[in-house]
Amino acid sequence: MSHHDVIVVGTGLAGLTAAARLAEGGARVLVLAKGVGATHLSPCTIDVLGYAPDRVSDPGAALAGLGEDHPYAAVGRDGVAAAIGWFTDAMRDRYPYTGGLDRNLLLPTAVGALKPTAVVPETMAAGDGSDPVLVVGFTALKDFHAPLLADNLSRAGIAARAVELGLVPEGRVDVNSLGFARAFDDPAFRAEVAAQLVARLGADERVAFPAVLGIADAPAAWGTLRERLARPVFEVPTLPPSVPGMRVFAVLRERLRRAGVRVILNAVVGGAERAGGRVSAVRARVGLREVTYGCDWVVLASGGFASGGLELDSRWKARERALGLPVTGVPTDERFRADYFAEQPMARAGVAVDRDLRPEGHENVLVAGATLAGAQPWREKSGDGISLATGHRAAELILGAAVPSEPARAA
Amino acid sequence: MAVDHDVLGDLMRGSLDHCVKCTICETFCPVSNVTPLFPGPKYVGPQAERFRVWDETSPDQSLDYCSGCGVCTQVCPQGVHIAEINTQARAKLRERTGFKLRDRLLARPDLIGRLSTPVAPVVNVTLRHGGARAIADTALGLDRRAALPAYPGRTFQRWARKHTSPPAARRVAYFHGCGANWSEPDTAERTVQLLEWLGCQVDVPKGQLCCGLPAQSNGMFDLARKYTRRMARTLAPSAREGVDIVGTSTSCTLMLKREAREILGLDADADLRAVSDGIYDICEYLLMLHDRGELRTDFRPLPITVTYHAPCQQQGHGIGKPALDLMALVPELRVIENDATCCGVAGTYGLKQEKYEIAMKVGRGLFDQIADAAPELAVCDSETCRWHIEKATGVRTVHPIEILHRAAGLAS
Repeated sequence: MSHHDVIVVGTGLAGLTAAARLAEGGARVLVLAKGVGATHLSPCTIDVLGYAPDRVSDPGAALAGLGEDHPYAAVGRDGVAAAIGWFTDAMRDRYPYTGGLDRNLLLPTAVGALKPTAVVPETMAAGDGSDPVLVVGFTALKDFHAPLLADNLSRAGIAARAVELGLVPEGRVDVNSLGFARAFDDPAFRAEVAAQLVARLGADERVAFPAVLGIADAPAAWGTLRERLARPVFEVPTLPPSVPGMRVFAVLRERLRRAGVRVILNAVVGGAERAGGRVSAVRARVGLREVTYGCDWVVLASGGFASGGLELDSRWKARERALGLPVTGVPTDERFRADYFAEQPMARAGVAVDRDLRPEGHENVLVAGATLAGAQPWREKSGDGISLATGHRAAELILGAAVPSEPARAA
Repeated sequence: MAVDHDVLGDLMRGSLDHCVKCTICETFCPVSNVTPLFPGPKYVGPQAERFRVWDETSPDQSLDYCSGCGVCTQVCPQGVHIAEINTQARAKLRERTGFKLRDRLLARPDLIGRLSTPVAPVVNVTLRHGGARAIADTALGLDRRAALPAYPGRTFQRWARKHTSPPAARRVAYFHGCGANWSEPDTAERTVQLLEWLGCQVDVPKGQLCCGLPAQSNGMFDLARKYTRRMARTLAPSAREGVDIVGTSTSCTLMLKREAREILGLDADADLRAVSDGIYDICEYLLMLHDRGELRTDFRPLPITVTYHAPCQQQGHGIGKPALDLMALVPELRVIENDATCCGVAGTYGLKQEKYEIAMKVGRGLFDQIADAAPELAVCDSETCRWHIEKATGVRTVHPIEILHRAAGLAS
């Protein structure tokens, strides 16, 4: 049986953050995951707290108003700030972020709603503001509707109009956002885009693009367009697949690679070996085999109901699928409310933890991300903020608890 | 209770219901990312599968451009067996469209090896001589630029028959695969020498032939089943004796470990089940020994730089990258890990005329990384990938075993 200081379950933002921070801190880390995590589906703006329940302008201050059972309570404002500092630093060279806990930016979404968010890619930051906007779409990019975005933005009081370009990368029939992002890595393609736009710009318009401005080198693609168009340019997150999410995944994955972290995909964790309050190994199904991996610590970041980390069966019984941890907060009477955007009782269900992110009865298991009970990420706009903050916090707690050295091996 | 239908195969196909259309597989697919000819694993897999009724024909044949690298299954967060669904569907497609002579030949590496070895000098010259190769390639539909195997004119099996492994406390059975037997006997011999140095008595079960993977990849499932059953019968006695089986051909090892059971409907084959449970990729096995503190690690310094590419089929094992952990035990060895999912060749895919350009585009990132690193050697676990990488980069490309063999001081 292999042995690692820490096994991290999950490859979303929480798992990748925990694994990268732990490896930097000197821990031997093994990442087990069913597949690639939710970064590819997320806009990857770090929404710390957008609504509580009214729109929040100062997320750092608003954290104090959350209940004791909210995941942020275990991290605290300083912990959230530390996580943001770590993340911003990690992204600096290849995909820089800006913002902080003092002020929420209001960025347009793909449907033109304004979303409060705290820490965002520099390529998106100019979306915050009141100057008029020219929304650029591509007729071949079927999941991004520039006129819809422009209309809704206008209704929100920001003058906006749309223009759609007919450019099609490589003559493809069906192009998704990644296909466009690859095209934007090519200087010739972005020069053509800029050339087609220059004559159509209004005097003081900012320019919005779908978030497809490059995948290998987004800052370069974004920089070229700003320069050529001589005005603020910003990206708006699209439907999945999310190019910003892929950029973040690539940076964090590369960090793991450099730190020598072993990552095993298609490993479906489904049990543990326990002694007293400690987990000494986790069991996973890999292919047709069951494999046991020894460890001193586990960071469980396998996601919530959407990612399959939590499961609700037809008898209304919820379970946490990797370690069988108790799930709290499943409502017994009113399951769902008819108003989609109302507070949904199910949203807070998850694994409850103590101030050290440990579920009841577990000394060396820490839970991070969407598996945690107590938050309503969709309503609060707190999803990636919680994932980043708790993933980082879990790593700090383990590093602070003196990782036992690896067992001696025969020479 | 006897079950006469293919439960595991049904589970593979049934997994398509777990697809939430997140498109994560499409973002990782090395083929659809370089050519519009392949619309992507989700599209041809869980999506198109809903419209495939076995007695109806589909006008869409883009599935043929799937290379079978398996990356889609690896990255799927919902447990959809995309690659397995596509391999099964491709076989149905080929049954309908017929098999090319080329594909019938590629599916029989043993036959080619057996015919080529006695006349190796002639074959090697033909394969490397532009004119003769061009004629052969045009006739068959192979690409004349593709890296085909060379035939040294001797086989590993002949070497193994004359070799006696000294008795040792640990016994392992060595599954060498066709590539090592006919084209890379050096790799196989070094494997035996290294295992012996590590304190293993090495059995080489006699009569090892093709595992069936190339036939499976080319859609000839009946032939593949015949080959797989025959190979499993050859190795099963070792497995039943409790002797661990180790393989250096990582794709063929994966075939016997998992793919044949999942894809070919052979899950009920008792021999295959025994072999599947007891077979390991060689690096997986050695790292397992190391994890138990049972691996000899007094390697000599090897002050060179190598790059390491974990091939797609190796990643299909779900074992991480044990070659990296093993090479880290060699003092002064500098290993640069490549960041690439597939080199492009994917077994026999990149040899075909209509797919060679795609294979080269898929591999370009990897080739550039290797060129930038300017290593003494490139390291990769799979034969066809090594030949493809070596031809594309000009850098000699070896199995990780060769590095350990050198570091053990066994290289003459």
